Amino acid sequence: MEATRAAASRQNTFAKRVVRDFLLNKYLYLMMVPVLAYYGIFHYTPMYGAIIAFKDYTPMKGITGSEWVGLEHFKAFMGSYYFWRILKNTVIISLYSLCFEFPMPIILALLINEVRHQLFKRAVQTITYMPYFVSLVVICGMIVDFTNSDGVINTLLTYFGYDGKSMLQKQELFRSIYIISEIWQKIGWESIIYIAALMGIDQEQFEAARIDGASRWKQMIHITLPGILPTITILFILRMGNMLNVGFEKIILLYNPAIYDTADVISSFVYRKGLLELSWSYSSAVGIFNSIVNLCLLISANYISRKVNENSLW
Amino acid sequence: MNRESGAIDKLFDIIIHALLILLVAATLYPLLYVAFASISDAGELIRHKGFLYKPLGFSLEAYKSVFSNPGILTGYRNTLFIVVFGVVINLLMTALGAYVLSRKNVMWNKLFTFLIVFTMFFQGGMIPVYLTVKNVGLVNSLWSLILPFAINTFNLIIMRTAFLAVPDSLEESAKIDGANHFTILFRIIMPLSMPVIAVMILYYAVEKWNGWFWASIFLKDRELFPLQIILREILLANSTDSMSTGAAAAERFQIGETIKYATIMVSTIPILCVYPFVQKYFVKGVMIGAVKG
Repeated sequence: MEATRAAASRQNTFAKRVVRDFLLNKYLYLMMVPVLAYYGIFHYTPMYGAIIAFKDYTPMKGITGSEWVGLEHFKAFMGSYYFWRILKNTVIISLYSLCFEFPMPIILALLINEVRHQLFKRAVQTITYMPYFVSLVVICGMIVDFTNSDGVINTLLTYFGYDGKSMLQKQELFRSIYIISEIWQKIGWESIIYIAALMGIDQEQFEAARIDGASRWKQMIHITLPGILPTITILFILRMGNMLNVGFEKIILLYNPAIYDTADVISSFVYRKGLLELSWSYSSAVGIFNSIVNLCLLISANYISRKVNENSLW
Repeated sequence: MNRESGAIDKLFDIIIHALLILLVAATLYPLLYVAFASISDAGELIRHKGFLYKPLGFSLEAYKSVFSNPGILTGYRNTLFIVVFGVVINLLMTALGAYVLSRKNVMWNKLFTFLIVFTMFFQGGMIPVYLTVKNVGLVNSLWSLILPFAINTFNLIIMRTAFLAVPDSLEESAKIDGANHFTILFRIIMPLSMPVIAVMILYYAVEKWNGWFWASIFLKDRELFPLQIILREILLANSTDSMSTGAAAAERFQIGETIKYATIMVSTIPILCVYPFVQKYFVKGVMIGAVKG
């Protein structure tokens, strides 16, 4: 009796708090309506829609009307010839980009930071940001043009003994082309965040190091680099969370059946199966597989980082 | 400072400058190549192989063909529509969300924040998004490239962080003067957060100007295609033929080469022109984004 009354009064105060909060902030809630509607319609509805991965979806019957098939699509995917191929390609391209692409903007930021001449510094920054604004379609058009049999890069390489065949027809070159063009486009842009972090380092440390006779190289290794380590960690974790989201738009623009063996990744496969061949349920199952692996990677990277150096997203 | 470390520093300086100059050259050259090729004489360009140091001859034929191509013109119009309406809606929606979430003592804000941030880490996937947009009835309308992308969550968080930095006292005094939330947001907070707003406009505008993927799946009618889809046809499907009708076959092939480059220039220059104006805000804007929470 006592307990229920206490619970009732607690409920009462909670309800009262809700009402009071609502009355007090009613315009704020009003402002939030479009925002919540947006997230509800365009983010949460697709999350609900993802259950078609467990159904045999046909547009006629709709999401609720289609029959459940359990994990059938997942099994079909994991048992298929494509599974290992696209998983392998996705992981390899991700690892390559983690090893070769991720460190580049950090190195660039460190280099720019050492330049004393202001005008040169600004020029380097301005020019290296530029490719970021060039659209992917144009970038891919340029890649195709430069690497085809009479393109600039190709012609140049024939002097070094390359056979002059169009590079995008060669399986073994796709990953290098992908990574190098990524670096070319994004190195400047991604260095901004590190440059911002570098500006926050306490200048007195450099003062002290100089008095101790440390060379600029030593200062860079022992002061500057540790100074931006927290930023590096955070970006690294975020990167891990996107590990399997290899830039599929670029792959779709660049690849061709001749190089599917090295170029096809999970998302390009989802695109082909789902939107070109209209196997909606199957391709949603592949998409869910992708999201779950990403989420697991993000959580573990965050966990490890929290244990190792106390930097984490949450 | 001893002499040895002085010498090391000198070497260090030389290496750094050399590396940076190399990088600048590697960044700039492909863009210059395109620029040179676009104003070159088509015939000479076809015969040429390898590096291009200057335009080969001079001809504006390619640009003439580009501007007389109906695809490019409607593409431009559609892209402008998407950029203008898209960015306005982006900005408005992002600002509303960021403002509410930056208010303290609103009971459900923690929950709202969680629900919003969660979408950054888990998405329904390409197919369910497509089906949703289809069900809402936006397929084959330019709004399908605007409404489903009304807010970029990462930008929302950046903006919220910027709004939190505005001193409370300013709002207090505005409130005493009888200002409501809309006035506070649009008259006080937004003008005080101009660097971030500028960066947001740039981010969104670039995203809209360069977007092609969703356009390629949502749009069916040619009259609705934005510039990037037309570009994809020209650059990657190599269908420049339609643009130089009337010319003889061989000539058509030649002009086709230069048309590719001219199209790149025409579609890239506008967006490259925007960015020097906003560049000074970059570091500031990105830095705010880097602060977590």
